[in-house]
Formats: sequence, structure tokens, C-alpha cells
Amino acid sequence: MPGHVARFLLGALFALFLLFLYGPTITIGILSFQGPDGGLTFPMNGMSTVWFTRLFQPQAVGDLGAAMTRTLGLAAMVTVVTVVVSLAAGMAFRHRFAGSSALFILTIASLIVPSILVSLGVGLLFTLMEWEPAWYSSAFGAQLTWTLPFGLLIMFAVFNRFDRSWEEAARDLGATRWQGFWHVVLPIIAPSVIGIALFGFTLSFDEFARTLLTAGSGNTLPLEILGMTTTVTTPVLYALGSVSTAVSLLVIGGAILGARVMGRRRGR
Amino acid sequence: MRPDVELIKVTKRYGTTAAVDAISLEIPSGSYCCLLGPSGCGKTSTLRMIAGHESISDGDILLAGRNVTELAPAERGTAMMFQSYALFPHLTALENIAFGLRMRGVGKAERLARASEYLRLVQLEAMAERLPAQLSGGQQQRVALARALITRPKVLLLDEPLSALDPFLRTRMREELKRLQRELGITFIHVTHGQEEAMALSDLAVVMDHGRIAQAAPPRHIFERPASAFVARFIGGHNVLDLPEGRFAIRTDRTTLSPPPGGARLSGRVTAVEYQGTAVRVVVQAANGQSAEALLPDHLFHAAPVAPGEAATLGWDTAAAHRLPAPTPA
Repeated sequence: MPGHVARFLLGALFALFLLFLYGPTITIGILSFQGPDGGLTFPMNGMSTVWFTRLFQPQAVGDLGAAMTRTLGLAAMVTVVTVVVSLAAGMAFRHRFAGSSALFILTIASLIVPSILVSLGVGLLFTLMEWEPAWYSSAFGAQLTWTLPFGLLIMFAVFNRFDRSWEEAARDLGATRWQGFWHVVLPIIAPSVIGIALFGFTLSFDEFARTLLTAGSGNTLPLEILGMTTTVTTPVLYALGSVSTAVSLLVIGGAILGARVMGRRRGR
Repeated sequence: MRPDVELIKVTKRYGTTAAVDAISLEIPSGSYCCLLGPSGCGKTSTLRMIAGHESISDGDILLAGRNVTELAPAERGTAMMFQSYALFPHLTALENIAFGLRMRGVGKAERLARASEYLRLVQLEAMAERLPAQLSGGQQQRVALARALITRPKVLLLDEPLSALDPFLRTRMREELKRLQRELGITFIHVTHGQEEAMALSDLAVVMDHGRIAQAAPPRHIFERPASAFVARFIGGHNVLDLPEGRFAIRTDRTTLSPPPGGARLSGRVTAVEYQGTAVRVVVQAANGQSAEALLPDHLFHAAPVAPGEAATLGWDTAAAHRLPAPTPA
């Protein structure tokens, strides 16, 4: 039966795809528990958590703790600004205003420009202006060129499906525009706003190209990892991979949990 | 009695086209008024202008003698029930109803207590803690109704309130709307495209067409003496015929297949026969192309049945013919 064969092939293809997608992460996860005498590759030479301990001790190159702190700080800044600005812009774009299409195209264009060029441009600007590039200024700006258009596009999708009569009903019942936003619009779109926050966070957390030439003297975690791949030859590298994956999972899990709790407390 | 709602040459223009074209209307206080017409006739725009959700291009709106043309929706003394109900999905039925009081700064305990009263008014006490998504269409509508009424409006505006319900529920909600209006004694303005709904509910029916009022009168007056061919056709139950004496609207239930002596008649061929239970609808097309129908009580039809293709003559008493204004030459 051809349907049978096709289904089997598709299933196999899907399994291969999953393996391709998650195989490396799982492999790194396993190898990060390599024994103290083990190397960068299989076979496992015993089991230990020694590489996780070493991760937080001073390294021959780089300072992972500081890089992690910088990355988390930057991701938090990017998240907050992305959420606030995309939300405000999304609200503004619901009405046509003079130059709205031009502004939209201009915003989206920064998604198309190759990341490394944005990075180069921001880096050059800071050099020209004789400003000191740093993760909290130049890299922050460079990352926003990436997260803001994404956030705005999500808001567009949200407001496309948003029933305007909710706001009219709020106005009809005596709400000011601000009350209507606070008590009606925001709670209804809250899940999408959390989505934008998650998106902003993860995009920033592993952003590489846009930070490369703008981070200044203090590396972010992805840059630090790149540095280490060329110099570090121990499974510390894998431990680092496992830890940063765990951080991402924790953030996503926390957000989902937060959304659940909010859903249960809705309107109280 | 002083009218509750008064429209004076109210106009709504989108660009150069007028969706509502200088309409004037007085709605007596405590009455049930239906704005009726085909889609795009301007009835919803009119309602939204009264509510304050649509700006007015020209003219004035007076509520209880007060000019509200420039006032915000909540300052007018109106409340609106939206077509989609627009219940807030994140609030329970009770909280939805209490919303208007919350915006007015009424304390939590008091507003929830008063919302409970209104929940009782629409017989949904058991549903207080449900979210809108957990309510049926009919229940959602009752919540929307209670939410609008809690602000104690002088005028309740309803935008096609029954269109989302199934036919059975529609009839029941219709009765309920009428009962509430009678008990509360406030003015209801109800937009609908269903002539049956308008006839069942309204004290004053306003038939609209192309942004103008075609006729505003009690429904019985409209049905018995339609002001124009458009009204006669829209309200239904009429043949509009161009006869040598002029243009007439003749009720289909007063039209028979056995022409009374001395009455008027229209001869032709039967083109359709539809059984409708208590009545049978027979459509006859005359040689000159005009078509008319008779709604015959079933026992009369079955006593002398006709079939499509047969020759037939429709007749009516001349007293049953209502003269319409002559068609404007095109």
C-alpha cells in the first residue's frame, strides 16, 4: 500500500529532522558530564560534574561569570525596551498617520540588512563619534535593530485580530482611553506581550553577529564562547552550553508559568 | 410627550458619499424603536452616532432635550449593546457587568453586589463566575444586556442584538427584550435588517434606505400603508404592481386565485408553488412580465390546487390595494 510506505518515509524523515534539531544539544548535554579525565569527544570516561564546577572558576581565557552577567543584563534591557516600544508602536499603527507606511518599511528594513553590517555600522559610528562602545550602549542599540521590528510585527498580527468593539464597549461604560487600555486592551493581549518579551530575551541572549563589533571591551556570553572554542579544549565548553540552554529553558518555563498564573487570576 | 431622542438633519459623510443623509427623527420617550433596512442603508451608522462611537458630520442629536452631539459616549445617558456583544474575555460574567461601576469608581463590594442584582434581572445568577467563553450565545447576550443596563441609561442602543442567535432562541430573546423595555420604561433603539423582528418589537419602526428615512411610523401603519414601493417590498407581504390606474401595493394574503367580481385582476401563468404549512404561496407571471404572488390559506389552495405552468388569474378587492407614489421617471 503506497499510503503506508509514504507514511513510513515521512515518519522517518521527521525522526531524522528531530534528531538533527536536538541531537547536538543532547550530545553536548551528555558530554558536559564527562569524567575528570575525559576529553572533548566520546567515549565517556566516567561521569562527573567537575566541568560545571570549573566553569565558575577563573579560566585561562575569559571570565564566564562576568560575561553571563552582562548577557543577562543586556537581555533584560532589550526585553523591557522591546516590549514597551513595540506595544506603543503597535497601538499607534492601528490608525493611519502621515508617513505610517514609510515608517513601517524603514523599521522592517533593518531585518533585511545583514546583521554583521548593522554591527559594523554601529561600531563605526561609535568610533567616529569617539564614544566608548559597550554592551549597554552600542550593543544594546544594535540588538534593538533586530528585536524591535520582530516585536512590531507580532503586535501587527495581534491587533489584526483585535476586536475594536471591546474598546468601544469600555468607552461606552465610562472608561477613559487610558482605562480602556489598562483594564481591557492590555489584559486581552497579555499573552502576546509575554510572547514578545520571550522573543526579545532569547534573540538578545544568543545574539552574536550584531554584538560582535559593538560589545566593546566586555564580551557577552556568545562572544566569550566563540573565544573559548578556539582556545579551550576541555568539556568546560560543554558545561557552558548545558548551563546556557538551561537558563533559556528556565526563562521560557517561567514565562509560561507566569502566563498560566495570570490566566487563573484574570480580572481579580 | 417630549421626545427622548431627537435627530436633527444628522449626516454622516465618508469622503464625498453620505452614509446617513440629513435624517430627522423624533423618538418618543419610553418607546421601542427599530431602525430597519437592508445592509448599507445607514442604520448602524445612525445608531453609532447616537451612541457617540461615530462622529457626526453635520446636524445635531438631542437626548432628553440636551444636545449631546459633542459629548463622549458615557456622558450621553445612552448605553450600547454591541452586535458581537464585546464581552471582555478576561473578566467573569459578574465582573463584566460590574465594569461600568468600576470605571465610575464604585467600591468593589458594592459594585459586585449591584452587578449580582443585574445578573438576576437577566436570570443568570448561576453563571456569575463563568468567563464569556464558557457561556452560550444566548447567555453572553444577557450578560451584555445587563452590563449595558447597570449604568442606568435613559436610552439603550442595540446593534443587531438577535442576529447571532438561532431562530428559536431569537424569538425567546425578542420577547425578553420587549419585556425588559416595558418593565424598565426606558427607550430602546434597536437596529435590525429583519422586518419580522421590527414588526414584533417596535412602537416606532424606521425604515431606512440609502442613508435616508423611507418611512417612520408604527409597524401596523407601515404594513398597511407603506409609503413607497421600496418600503412595501422591504417590509414584505406585498405585491408592488404598476397598473393602468397607477402603482399599487397589494397584500399577498389579500390576493386570491378566485378574483372577486368587480375587483382587479392579473392574468398569467403560475411560475412557482411553495407549500408553507399554514399557507401556500403561488407566484403568477403576467404576459407583460410583471410578477405577483398570492399567499393562500392552505385549505383554500387544496380545494382548488394549481401547478406551475398552468394559467391562473390573481385577483383582489380594490379596497385592498394601497396606492403608492408614482415611480419617478428614470
